This record gives sequence, C-alpha cells and structure tokens, in this order.
Amino acid sequence: MKTKTGVRGGIGQSVRRVDGVPKVKGEFEYASDLRRDGMLWGETVRSPHPHARIKAIDIRAALESPGVRAVLLAGDVPGKKTYGLDAQDQPVLAWDVVRFAGEPVALVAAEQPEQAKQAATKIVVDYEVLSPVTEMEAALQADAPKLHPQGNVVRQLRVIHGDPEAEAEVWVEGTYETGMQDQAPLGPEAGLAVPAEDGGVDLYIATQWLHADLEQIAPCLNLPPEKVRLNLSGVGGAFGAREDVSMQIHACMLALRTQRPVKIAYGRQESFYGHVHRHPSRIWMRHGATRDGKLINVQAKLLVDGGAYTSTSPAVIGNATTFAAGPYAVPNARLEGTAVFTNNPPCGAMRGFGAVQACFAYEAQMDKLARAVNLHPIEVRLKNALKTGDVLPTGQRVTGAAPVRDLLSRCAALPMPPAESPLDRDRMLIPGGAGNVGHGEALTRGVGFAAGYKNLAYSEGFDDSSEAWVRLSVDQEGPLAEVKTAAVDVGQGLDTIVTQVVRTELGVQRVLVRQPDTAIGSAGSSSASRQTMMTGGAVQLACQAVRDEVLRRAGTSIIPDPLDEYLRPPIEATRVFRHRRTGKLDADGQGDPHVSFAFGAARAVVEVDTELGLVRVVQLAVSQDVGRALNPQSVRGQIEGGSAQGLGLALMEEIELKDGKIRNASFTDYLLPTILDMPPVVSDLVEEPEPGLPYGAKGVGEPSTVVVPAAIVAALRAATGRELPRAPVKPDELVGIR
Amino acid sequence: MRSEMDVYVPRTLDEALQQKSAHPDAISLAGGTDVMVEINFGRLRPAGIIDLTRIPELREWRREDSHLFLGAGVTYSRIVRELADFVPLVQASRSVGSPQIRNRGTVGGNLGTASPAGDALPVLAAYDAEVVLQNRRGTRSLPWHTFLQGPKKTAMAPDELIRGTRWQVVNGPGSFSKIGTRNAMVIAVAGLCLQVDQDARQVRVALGSVGPTILRAPEAERFIAERLTWDDPGAPVTDEVVAEFAELVGRAAKPIDDVRGTARYRVHGCTVLAGRALRWALEERKAFKWL
Repeated sequence: MKTKTGVRGGIGQSVRRVDGVPKVKGEFEYASDLRRDGMLWGETVRSPHPHARIKAIDIRAALESPGVRAVLLAGDVPGKKTYGLDAQDQPVLAWDVVRFAGEPVALVAAEQPEQAKQAATKIVVDYEVLSPVTEMEAALQADAPKLHPQGNVVRQLRVIHGDPEAEAEVWVEGTYETGMQDQAPLGPEAGLAVPAEDGGVDLYIATQWLHADLEQIAPCLNLPPEKVRLNLSGVGGAFGAREDVSMQIHACMLALRTQRPVKIAYGRQESFYGHVHRHPSRIWMRHGATRDGKLINVQAKLLVDGGAYTSTSPAVIGNATTFAAGPYAVPNARLEGTAVFTNNPPCGAMRGFGAVQACFAYEAQMDKLARAVNLHPIEVRLKNALKTGDVLPTGQRVTGAAPVRDLLSRCAALPMPPAESPLDRDRMLIPGGAGNVGHGEALTRGVGFAAGYKNLAYSEGFDDSSEAWVRLSVDQEGPLAEVKTAAVDVGQGLDTIVTQVVRTELGVQRVLVRQPDTAIGSAGSSSASRQTMMTGGAVQLACQAVRDEVLRRAGTSIIPDPLDEYLRPPIEATRVFRHRRTGKLDADGQGDPHVSFAFGAARAVVEVDTELGLVRVVQLAVSQDVGRALNPQSVRGQIEGGSAQGLGLALMEEIELKDGKIRNASFTDYLLPTILDMPPVVSDLVEEPEPGLPYGAKGVGEPSTVVVPAAIVAALRAATGRELPRAPVKPDELVGIR
Repeated sequence: MRSEMDVYVPRTLDEALQQKSAHPDAISLAGGTDVMVEINFGRLRPAGIIDLTRIPELREWRREDSHLFLGAGVTYSRIVRELADFVPLVQASRSVGSPQIRNRGTVGGNLGTASPAGDALPVLAAYDAEVVLQNRRGTRSLPWHTFLQGPKKTAMAPDELIRGTRWQVVNGPGSFSKIGTRNAMVIAVAGLCLQVDQDARQVRVALGSVGPTILRAPEAERFIAERLTWDDPGAPVTDEVVAEFAELVGRAAKPIDDVRGTARYRVHGCTVLAGRALRWALEERKAFKWL
C-alpha cells in the first residue's frame, strides 16, 4: 500500500505516539484521575483468609461511621451473583465461602476516601477458618477438599501426536518451575460509575476489553446491556491484568444504590489482591532424539495453578499444552496439561499467556539435548526448527510465515557486547550495582539462547471480531478523518497505528481517534497480540468502504486531490474484521486451534558474581518475526518492554505466597527491574509478511516475553554450570546454597 | 482508630521542641520515606505529625574539632554531594532507594525508624557514632548501640527529637556494601560496613539486615587487629587470615529467613562481603594517604 504523496505518518513509518507528549507532560488523564462533582469513594473489604466460611457479617458500626452512604454485601448484588470471563464462578461479593486471601466480601461508599477506609475497618466478618489448599499436587489428591462443585481441575487436556511410544536413541528429562508473576501495570485499577436517569449506569473505566466487561457487569446489575454504558478512561498499562473484572461491578452497585457517582481506585497493595496473576507452573518434560540431535518424541506433563477461580485458566493451559513441543518439527508427542484450583490468588492472563511457562521448560530441554548430542545450542535448534508447511502436535499445519531458522541464525549473528574489564567500568555496572558489593571479584559471563512462539488472537473456535467506524468530512482546514472503535490503547500504541492506517488508506493527514465506548460493536480484547491485526484490519476495511464512495462520487479510479468537494455530505462506513475460523480440540488434542503464530529468538549475555549469586544482564538480543513492522519504533518498543518483563520473571519478579497469603504486596518487596537491571536490547525485525493479515503485520507484543526468561536462565546455567530449574532464579540458587 | 490527624509545621527548632513536648504522641517526620509508607499501609496511625523539614538547624553538618556532626535532616543526596571524604557513608547513601527517595530521605529518619535494614546505620556503627537527642530541657548523646534497642525500637524519649549524629573522624580506609536482589533501589538482604581506624589500631565491622538490630563483629575485629602489622601497611596479609576474618564476621550475623532472603544466604553474603571489604581496605592502606 502506497501512501498518497504529501501525506506523512502512514504505515511503515516510525510515527511518534499520539499520546506520547501528554503522557510525558503529565497531562494524560488516567482512570485514577477521574472526578465528578458530588462523587463518593468506594472501598472494598477483603478476606484475610485464603479459605474460610462466612458465618456472619456485622455492618452496623460501619453504617454509623462518619460520611458513609452505603454498605453492601453479597445479598445486595441486584442480579447474577457471580461473573467470569470463561466460567462465571467468581462471586461479585463472597457470601458463603471465601476461596482466596483478598476476595471481596463487602463494599463501602463514603463522602471521603479516608471515611470509606475507616468504615471498612469497622465491618466485622465472623469467619470459620478452613484449611487452605495451596499446593497443586495436593489439590489433585482424591481426598483434597473440593473448592468447586466440579472438583479441583479447571481443565485437563492431552495432545497425542504420531506414535507417543516412539523410541529414541537419546533421552533428556527435566522438571521446571516458574513463579507467580504480577503484571504490575503502573496504573492501579480505577473507575468511576455514574448513575443515569434511565435507571442505568455509565462506567468510566480502564480496561482491556469494554464489551467483555459489559457482558459480565450487566447481568450482575440485573440491567439490560443497553443500560450499562462503558466509556474508556486512560489506561496505565495492562499486560493481562485488566482482562478480568476488578472493581467494575462494585462501583456500579454503589452508584446505583446511592444514586451518586462513585469512584473506586485501588492503591498498589490492593492492586496485588485485585487482579489475577501469571500462573505458576510445574512442567515435566522428556525429549527423545536421534544421536545427531533430531527430535523424535516429546513427552510433557504441565501443571499450572489457576488459584481460586476459573478466569482464563482453560485458555492458558490450552496454550501451554499445545505449545509444549516448542517451535520445532516433532513427529511424535504426548502432551498433557492440567490447570488446577487452589486457594491461592486467582491466575489468568499475562503477556505470553501460557507460552512463557512452556518455553521456559522446552528450551531448557533443548539445551540439555544439545549437550547430550554434543551440538551447539543453536545447531540443535536449527536442526529441528519449524517451517511453513510443518505439522504441529495438534495436527494443525503451519500455513503462514514461520521463519524460525532465520530468527535463530540472525539472532546468533547479532553483535556481541564487547568484553569489559571490571577495572575500567562504572562500578554500577558490576553485578550488585548500586550496592557496591564487588570490584570485579568472581565474575563469569554466560551466553544463552532461546526460541519460542505464541499464537496471535484468540484460539480454539473463538470469534473475536473487531468493528470500526470511519467518517470522512471536510471543515475549514480541509479533509478530516474520524475513526472510532471499542479497541483499547493500553499503552501499546494502538491509537497511533490506527492513525497510520487511516492516513495510508485515505490519504488524509488529519485523523481524529475518538474515545472508545460500548456504543459501537466489540473490538475484542487488547490481548493476545491481536489489536493491530484485528482493529487495524477493521479500520482498513472501513477506510476502503469510504474510499470506494469517494471514488464513486468523483468518478475516478484514484482518490482525487483536492478531495474537499466530494465530502459534502460526509462519508461514513462501519465494518467488521474477522480472523479465519479456528476449531476446538478433540479428545486427543487434535484440531485447528490457532489463527496464526509469531516466533521469536533471544540471546542473553549475563555476568554473574559467582560468590554472591548476583547478576548483571549485559545484553539481550532479540530477533522477532513481525510479519511487517507498521511502526518500527513502536515494534522495537514492544520488544524492549517485553524483554524487560521477561527479565523480571527470570531474575526477580515473584509474588511470594505463604499458606495462600501474599507476602510482598508492594513495590518494596515485589521487585521490578530498574534501568540498572535492564541492559540495552538489540532488536532485529524479521519481516516476512503473513498472508491473510492486514499489511502482512503480525502482533508483536508477546514473543520477546516468551523467549527472554528462557534465554536469561540458559545464560545463567552457562555461567554457573548449575541446573537452575526454576524462575525467578534467586541469588542463593546461583551460589548453590538453597 | 482515629480518622483525623494533626499536622504541626514548626519553623524553628524551639518551636519543634515545644510541640514535641506538648504532643508526645505525635510522630516526627523528615523525608517521610518510612513514615508515609507505614501510614499508607495502615500499619501506623499517629495522633499527629510534626513536620521537621522547615527547620534549618537540622539540615546542617559541620566539623567540630576532630568530629563530624551530621544534622538529622541532611538528605542522602546531599551526603553524596557534600561529604565525599566519608566514603562508606557516601556509598551507603548512594545505595538508598531511588533519586527521589535520596532527595527526601535522611540519616535522622534511618535512626528514628531503627530498622535493621537502615542503610546508613552500619556505617554509623562502624564509625562508633553517637546519637544526639534534644528536648526542651537540653541535649544528650547516646552511643549508637544504646540508642538502637531492637527492631524499630530506640532509646528516644517521647518528648525528644533526633538532633543529629556525631563521630570522631577516622583515619583509615573503609567501605559499605549492600546485597540486594536488584541492582538498585532495593532493601538490603545484608549490608556491611568495614572501617579501618589507623590511630586506634582497630578494624571495625558492622552488619545490617542480619539481626534484630545493627550488629558489630567483635571477635572478627579482635582477630584482625592482632594480625595486622599496624606500623607497616605494606606488610602482607595471607589469604588464610582474610578467610578466617571473613568467617568470623559471618558468625556474628544472626539472620532470619524472610521474604527477601534466607538466613543461610545472609550469613554467606556477610562472609563474602567481609573478605572483599578487608582486601579493598588493605589495598588502599598500602597507598600513601594513610601513612
């Protein structure tokens, strides 16, 4: 697609972010900044126990507390008592049993936030404490307490491919674990509910998917969907944390009850309790290969902890299991996945969505195989690399771009960081950084590689379409294109991409992206690396319809210049983009479950202080299969951000649980990488356009997060010679005293 | 729990002392980097707050003959900029939090909070510093180990303010090191300050985050004082001596397992840091400036 002469900022250009300057200057309004005259503040009372029966709740003192306008319990939920993205099994407010520490039990609305907090402390809940089920294996025991009527299995699936009994000359085996990572978006959950004259409610909210929220909120409020109107507010990051409903229903309930606007804004600590996390995993794998390193058979048993409620666990374990053999051609496999219920905090969507945990395991296995057959880690991967036309363990044939060989060889060839003497460098760049723990003692370097892949858009038969409306008009300044969708820019840059698409398709410089709401059809979630292709595709289709009308009016075959006289009356079009249909898996995990795939390869160079177990990641190099980079700078930004989140999982980010309770619900002890922990990222964009997707562009948000943890831990193994079967890797494991 | 809180904003030291005397249940606040966190987490709900940030006397440091007096309100950022001669103190100050926290946080706050993880505290212990307290009637000075009584527990009376801290300027090399699981902006898993005192012929070692309060390592200190050739900084010190010293320092640690690290790793970390800090000091001691 060629952008019309003179129009700047079309696709393929590193256009500056439309929200960049307001965000940097502090002028962007995030959901936590929402305000309305006469608004009340909502506060949530949460269970301190991971498993308990509610015997009684005494709200009398809270009702008499200064400034209080409402105290609501489960009995006050106007409609359906539960919600959920998949199964609706999560109580809006618990009424009988609480299943995780932090589960909402009561709501308060008061004139001032302090008054609401004070009143919340006066609500007395009489709990009969039950013993919590906090270990995945224990949850699966026959005598374990059943946390839900169907038992403690959220979903179990198996993928049987070829002859799973196939013999091999070389076998390698291992068990790997990943911890519970938090998405840690910098903007905690917040929203404002405003009661409407028609008896409905307008909700201003930071979310990832307005319509999925609406579908869950309206039944709980016992309102028809048209009386619940969602308007997107400024989103301060998401990474999956905003896929599940948090305070949405609560704020609406309080607003409807008090007939006043009600704001709920979580602080950081509450945010840790108020959203789902990345599933902790325990994955056993056994890889069989020929003596020269060709994969014959992959066996895997995957266990992920879904915590107390279903959330998106079925799709997460579906991903982890179907991807368990990695981006390799594998003739035979038996892959078995189970997601379990426990009394741990609920787990759900986070960037990489099941693919991260699987990659950590299969890539450790590929390194073990490389050693067993005496090949370089890159060689063993090249030998088995998946390519277009290959068949995945699900029986799905890869029809799109699958440049795995290219990614691996290009990643391996990216420039290495120079060797550095510890003596002539900034002391901050020694492992331990600002702690001044060393002057270069006991340092070793290690290099690690990983390749991996992730599905784009929703899988297993899900039709996550996107709708876009485009209007082309003319005013004193000339032609103006307006575009509206319900798609959420969570910070990834979608609004900028949409602007670029419109400029390219219509040749109009001025583009106005309207604020999303539920007055237009669903755009699907800003998840699964899908919005550029889905909403980008819908906007492209709508633009094409508008362009057709321009051409009809002008009687030309190219867009006329000037355009103004053909835009009275303005031209509007609404179009829906759908990805190709996928199908469910059968009992043996066979089917056509995924739309498309994005692949990635990473190389990590680390330096370890082997006496203290402290680490400096020297460099990350990522080659990523992007189809086509619609905004190269944004793509690199996604790769760098995804790499940082992967580094966090590899080295420090973990929600520490004890008996089901979070021990580090703060940024003091839940450690995110600082700029001193995050090395420069060499990003390499491999552009092989994907057939059937708008402009051939693949989603780019996740592959780096999938591969970087595996690459960093591989590098740590290379530096220390230790097994390191678990991420995040702690200092004591690196020095071997755990 | 009270819902309201009185905030006092004294402009002079006298005013602050009067307010502290009149409202002994009010908490003093300097940078707020500890107190506000506690309040926001709901773990602390004082009846009042006395904001000390507007009192010029607290923001001063000065040399007093052979001593240094550091006002309680001097921030870590200023220490890094202005007190370059005090290497371990600068290193500890640089390891505190983020630039924003260093711009607010003060050594007085570290003392008031009395957390075993207070980064400046091992340095004050290795300097053998005293803490200067003041109330309306006058001032008194307590040795650091008398002032720090336990985790978040001090010998300060309810009507007193921390005026500052004072120590004899030490002739000899020293360093501060802090282990954390992130390369910056992290609470110490273990911290160590080693200070050689050429005149007193002592090597003083203090440990943070590995006990209920700041610990010294007296056995290790005695051991190394006897092994060093004090009149000849060039005299070699064997690897065995360094290793034994490090081992003894490790034994002085009394850590627990917590969310930040295990007790075993903390002991190990103290041992490694002690060996390194001693070697750095011995190397530096060979240089002319300590002769």
